[in-house]
Amino acid sequence: MGSAGRVVLVTGVSRDLGRRFARAAAADPAVDRVIGVDAVPPHGDIGDVSFVRADIRNPVIAKVIVKEDVDTVVHMSVIATPGSAGGRNTMKELNVIGTMQLLAACQKAPGLERLVVKSTTTVYGASSRDPAMFTEDMEPRRAARAGYAKDVAEVESYVRGFARRRPDVAVTLLRAANVIGPRVTSPLTSYFRLPVIPTVLGHDPRLQFLHERDLIEVLRHAAVNDVAGTFNVAGDGILILSQAVRRLQRPTVALPPFAVGGVGSALRSARLADFSPEQIDLLTYGRGVDTTRMRTGLGFEPAYTTAEAFADFGLTLTPTGGRAEKLLARMARSLPEPAPVSSALPQPVPGGVDHG
Amino acid sequence: MGDAEIIPIGTRGRPGRGTGSSRPSSAARSLAAGGKPAAPASATRAAPAKKAPPKKAAPPKQAAEPAVDLPADVQRAPTTTRDRGPMSGIPAADWLSAINHGAREVFGEQWEPQLAQFLAFLRRRVAGDFTVDEYGFDREITERFLMATLRPIAEKWFRVEVRGAENIPAEGGALVVSNHSGTVPVDGLMTLVSIHDHTGRFLRPLGADLVFKMPFVSTLARKSGATLACNEDAERMLRGGELVGVWPEGFKGIGKPYAERYKLQRFGRGGFVSAALRTGVPIIPLSVVGAEEIYPLVGNVPSLARLLGLPYIPITPFFPLLGPLGLVPLPSKWLLEFGEPIRTDEFDAGAADDPMLVFNVTDQVRETIQQTLYSLLMKRQSVFR
Repeated sequence: MGSAGRVVLVTGVSRDLGRRFARAAAADPAVDRVIGVDAVPPHGDIGDVSFVRADIRNPVIAKVIVKEDVDTVVHMSVIATPGSAGGRNTMKELNVIGTMQLLAACQKAPGLERLVVKSTTTVYGASSRDPAMFTEDMEPRRAARAGYAKDVAEVESYVRGFARRRPDVAVTLLRAANVIGPRVTSPLTSYFRLPVIPTVLGHDPRLQFLHERDLIEVLRHAAVNDVAGTFNVAGDGILILSQAVRRLQRPTVALPPFAVGGVGSALRSARLADFSPEQIDLLTYGRGVDTTRMRTGLGFEPAYTTAEAFADFGLTLTPTGGRAEKLLARMARSLPEPAPVSSALPQPVPGGVDHG
Repeated sequence: MGDAEIIPIGTRGRPGRGTGSSRPSSAARSLAAGGKPAAPASATRAAPAKKAPPKKAAPPKQAAEPAVDLPADVQRAPTTTRDRGPMSGIPAADWLSAINHGAREVFGEQWEPQLAQFLAFLRRRVAGDFTVDEYGFDREITERFLMATLRPIAEKWFRVEVRGAENIPAEGGALVVSNHSGTVPVDGLMTLVSIHDHTGRFLRPLGADLVFKMPFVSTLARKSGATLACNEDAERMLRGGELVGVWPEGFKGIGKPYAERYKLQRFGRGGFVSAALRTGVPIIPLSVVGAEEIYPLVGNVPSLARLLGLPYIPITPFFPLLGPLGLVPLPSKWLLEFGEPIRTDEFDAGAADDPMLVFNVTDQVRETIQQTLYSLLMKRQSVFR
């Protein structure tokens, strides 16, 4: 295709991350033009991106790709929550039928050179039989039966099928860890935004996060560089849930496993948080992915570690707990004083130590 | 005590129990003042007896005031307890010296820096300001709590004796393969603390998936460095240069009846050997004597175990019989012997996929452990000595 620059088509620009990626791609010198596609217009400023209102579930998308001479397609409209789209059926249709139509359109586009699909580490599932760190070659121990995880598994299988049928197209599948950041709205961020965080009694899962800026950056990296394959993308390191919650200074309430589902559906109907079965699994058993291939194969280095990404997310939240921490801090301040400690403060010492 | 006084039945015109008024009505007072000598005495007694307990210090005085006005033989009301609250009478200085003294007892003379240090640790924990590795291993908690708890049990209760600790390499990956016994995996914990105390290294145990399914146990296992016994994790840890511990007999070994003690069960499919072959790390056979006797397994309830999804429900001579007391392990004498490392880096590249070779090495490890068990049993004077 033309050496002038790439023509990138981005699906799912009505949502915040899609819109911001489209803008970031438009700002890239290697990119000539960015076309944003979605069924509903984006909310914010899309800058230089030209928006085409088209539903990817509709064959019209094929005409857009051919007419605009697109050589790179970035598929970002696989959604985790029904949210504004409607019910679970709409979500599934959007995810699965949308991807099918988009890939069918891509197959007919002779000028297409590159396809980047944003997937998620949810495809690995979460169970007690999981290895500590999933590499790209591993399969989930239990195939997802429903929900987002199943959608993503189906989307990935379509993408692999497409890669077989069009070997001339470089297909990059990015399995992103839970994306987190001050502006992200996802099932996991709304979970951490709850004033009191319910946890599964007796389990302390390992979590990995990817900062929103790193997600946009890795998609841009994959869209303009000559790479292909499947890659896990996650920030370095691991946070365990109890540690994460303490860093947010939020109180928790541990619920026995059978109660989590009930509380989850109550929260869902109150539209406070979305507890899907796969999220409950994640909060019970946790998940880690190996990112060696991201560094060696993809040549990408995230700017934020898991802990830094989480800290950046935590900045926007006001702590609702952390009383024990404050008490300990006060005691620690009063302690280095020589001579007998003032009579007002030592009294909380035994109590504080015990309960802290 | 006011309660001990005789309170006449009936109120004789004075406000009785539960009338709710704090003072006798004027009619009652006039009655009492002009009445027989028995009346005022009982009036003074009855009133404070009712008043004193709920309030303290001031109210009894006030209630006793009418008595002062009274003529004749007015005794002091017997209910004049000033310090009904358990804490109110202890002055702040006493508190201070008690705490000071207690702190010295616990932390020694240098208690202030010690306490400050401990507080800093607590604050770190409470603020979540610590790191875990990718398997969820929390070094600080393991060192400060788990090891500190297990050490006295290993030293005082089981009197663990370690032989051949020099066979454990000081650094680099190695696979410790041990026999498994004792109904509850106490042998794993004792191995953990013994290796840490003798070599300073942390053993990273590989556990069955049941461990990671159970609440609390899964959290503790991950924090103390365990991970799932699968080839992916074993190889990953060995490549990362960790000292990995594996109990290939699994539930067959740990849940075998007491009559079959010290008879090694089948060593699975030899997955641990292929993991060691692929990573080229030495295999260190470990024989544990003593764990078989801590909970002698004499029976099982297979149907209940199936119902609960557990491999077995143990019945020991003491367990369901004595209730929680039956959970105390018998204080058997323990011997741990680490054998000569078996090298695996001399085989060809494809050795891990050669089932014959894997079985041979598995048998070699199993035989070594079995023979060492017999020789250790000969050395032990009795089960408890």
